Amino acid sequence: MITLLKKTNNEEPKASEVLIIRPSRGWRHINLNEIWRYRELLYFLAWRDIKVRYKQTVLGAAWAIIQPFFTMIIFSIFFGKLAKIPSDGVPYPIFAYAALVPWTFFANGLMESTNSLVTSANLIRKIYFPRLVLPIAAVISGIVDFILAFVVLLGMMLFYGIMPTANIVWLPFLLLLALTASLGVGMWLTAMNVQFRDVRYVVPFLVQVWLFATPIAYPSSLLVEPWRTFYGLNPMVGVVEGFRWALLGTDTTPGGAIFVSTFMAIMLFVSGMFYFRRMERTFADVV
Amino acid sequence: MNNIAIKVKNLSKQYRIGEQQTKYRTIRETLTDAVQAPFRRIGKILQGHAYGAADMDETIWALKDVSFEVKRGEVVGIIGRNGAGKSTLLKMLSRITEPTEGMAEIHGRVGSLLEVGTGFHPELTGRENIFLNGAILGMKKKEMVRKFDEMVSFAEIEKFIDTPVKFYSSGMYVRLAFAVAAHLEPEILLVDEVLAVGDAEFQKKCLGKMGDVAKGGRTVLFVSHNMLSLKNLCNKGVLLHSGRVVMENNIDAVISKYLDKDIKHAGETSWSSPEIAPGDDRVKLKAVRVISEGNVTGEVDISKDFWIEIDYWNLEPNKQRMVFIHIHNSMGIWIISSGNLASLTLNKDPWSYRPYPEGVFRTACKIPGCLLNDGHYNISVYIAGSGMSNVIIAKKDVLSFSVLDTGLMREEYTGAWPTVIRPRLEWGTEQLSSK
Repeated sequence: MITLLKKTNNEEPKASEVLIIRPSRGWRHINLNEIWRYRELLYFLAWRDIKVRYKQTVLGAAWAIIQPFFTMIIFSIFFGKLAKIPSDGVPYPIFAYAALVPWTFFANGLMESTNSLVTSANLIRKIYFPRLVLPIAAVISGIVDFILAFVVLLGMMLFYGIMPTANIVWLPFLLLLALTASLGVGMWLTAMNVQFRDVRYVVPFLVQVWLFATPIAYPSSLLVEPWRTFYGLNPMVGVVEGFRWALLGTDTTPGGAIFVSTFMAIMLFVSGMFYFRRMERTFADVV
Repeated sequence: MNNIAIKVKNLSKQYRIGEQQTKYRTIRETLTDAVQAPFRRIGKILQGHAYGAADMDETIWALKDVSFEVKRGEVVGIIGRNGAGKSTLLKMLSRITEPTEGMAEIHGRVGSLLEVGTGFHPELTGRENIFLNGAILGMKKKEMVRKFDEMVSFAEIEKFIDTPVKFYSSGMYVRLAFAVAAHLEPEILLVDEVLAVGDAEFQKKCLGKMGDVAKGGRTVLFVSHNMLSLKNLCNKGVLLHSGRVVMENNIDAVISKYLDKDIKHAGETSWSSPEIAPGDDRVKLKAVRVISEGNVTGEVDISKDFWIEIDYWNLEPNKQRMVFIHIHNSMGIWIISSGNLASLTLNKDPWSYRPYPEGVFRTACKIPGCLLNDGHYNISVYIAGSGMSNVIIAKKDVLSFSVLDTGLMREEYTGAWPTVIRPRLEWGTEQLSSK
């Protein structure tokens, strides 16, 4: 494992830097300092992901909107119109879409970060950098898609004449919560994916199950306490209900559920990071 | 002041055999594997082959108890045959992979260059790739902005800087990739065999740039098979053989030790079953051997013809196959490039342009006597599908052999023969007029 014995305060490493390379065992600490020093690489990788995604597809950036928007239409027809599922007093389309925007960000971030190590195998085999940069960049690059889809959400609110509540100031926190959960699970899965390529077949299935385990097509108000707080064990419950509460003013005041969700997201994130660091030393040999 | 740049102590690396095989997979293989793996695995089970963890338990030491020191400002060449552990050593020093035992100490900022163009994306333009690749190699954005024009003019691609690199010729691609790498300015530079790219002129330019780097007082660790460039660039050498340091001395001594070392050439490299052989679902390499006077041998008589035989399994019916060989001498100079295409051969290979059924094939090439000079040679084998760009197997330096001077051409002249080849040619003198 690598430790920087003497480090200057300056960000640019100086000649006095001594690297010790030796085998590491067991759990390793998380070197946030090092990730910070590689922030430019993080930026360029995220930028590459965005650029390539929009360059390679015919519709480009439109996909960021099409994906959640069409899902919303389908949900509105089948769950809203046919199944008559309640929607906490707001029109069903916007009820579903307000949840689908953070959900799409979460699900795409999860899938992209799971694949991030394997698709960058060549990089891992040829160059050193903190490998955590890869899943982080994969999740962060989804923020652009999120913003595009969010603009449409604002348009829909205008259309339905819904004014956002003052609670909108909580949105950045809720987005951060979605990011933390997405990256937390992503770090677990991408590290496993290096060892067992089966993981990539599990992920689409996992995402589908998770979609229905999250109150997107239906409100969590269908549950009564204390089950609703338990429901928060799925961190996306807090995110989705929080979005509706902050934007649409639904009566889903984040109570116990959001605290449980935040706690879970942090747990996933921290444990994912440690697991990733533990597996990291084998990546270049197996990937 | 401490003037040690790199100190390596008992550094060792163990690989499981299974790991080492996956280590050399390309991205394409990884991707096709992802699609085919379950089916293939099921197929293997149906055919009764074991394909699991059980036969992956063997381990090998890619590097064992390697110790040496490099002083600040030294340019050190790492020399050794394929599989001697050179690349593994560089990978550990650049922190890509961890050692199994031992330790290394590095004093100063390290930049490593194990491949040019790492992380290049075909959809991005030359300009975008410069920044991406630079960031991957550890350059700061400020630094890249400052050196941008210099890099572009070094690569000679000014006109195409805003064109996606997928439209570049392979020459342009390599030039751009090298231009970025050449402008790295770490205190310690680790370079793997990356200069063997591009055309001769560009290679010269790169070597010049490397020479500047070396003279600029930077510490460089340099792996190459090209003895000429090692001689020109390095002042010290470390000779590795089967993962151990054999010699650490000035570069000339190490090179001559490497070249003279009486290494018994087996005369054959073979794989017992397609599972472990190089190749993919279309073709697998079975064996490469040198045959002289009817025997498999690693040493051929300079005056005698010999054959290079390539055996392979064709696993995909009704496809054409082409076989190519390259021969390099021990200085890394490329002597022969040949293949069984009609216009390259003296006779017509009966199987060229014919669809191959499934089965085992042997393609052989005759090298005439009195052509190569005495010395050590490396054979590389390439097998392609229809179309030369469709290379399925590329096995570099798969087998080596020696050409022995038997004295046939040594009756009048006994001095050194410094040429690359030593052909026996037809001569004649006529008297055109008398006094």
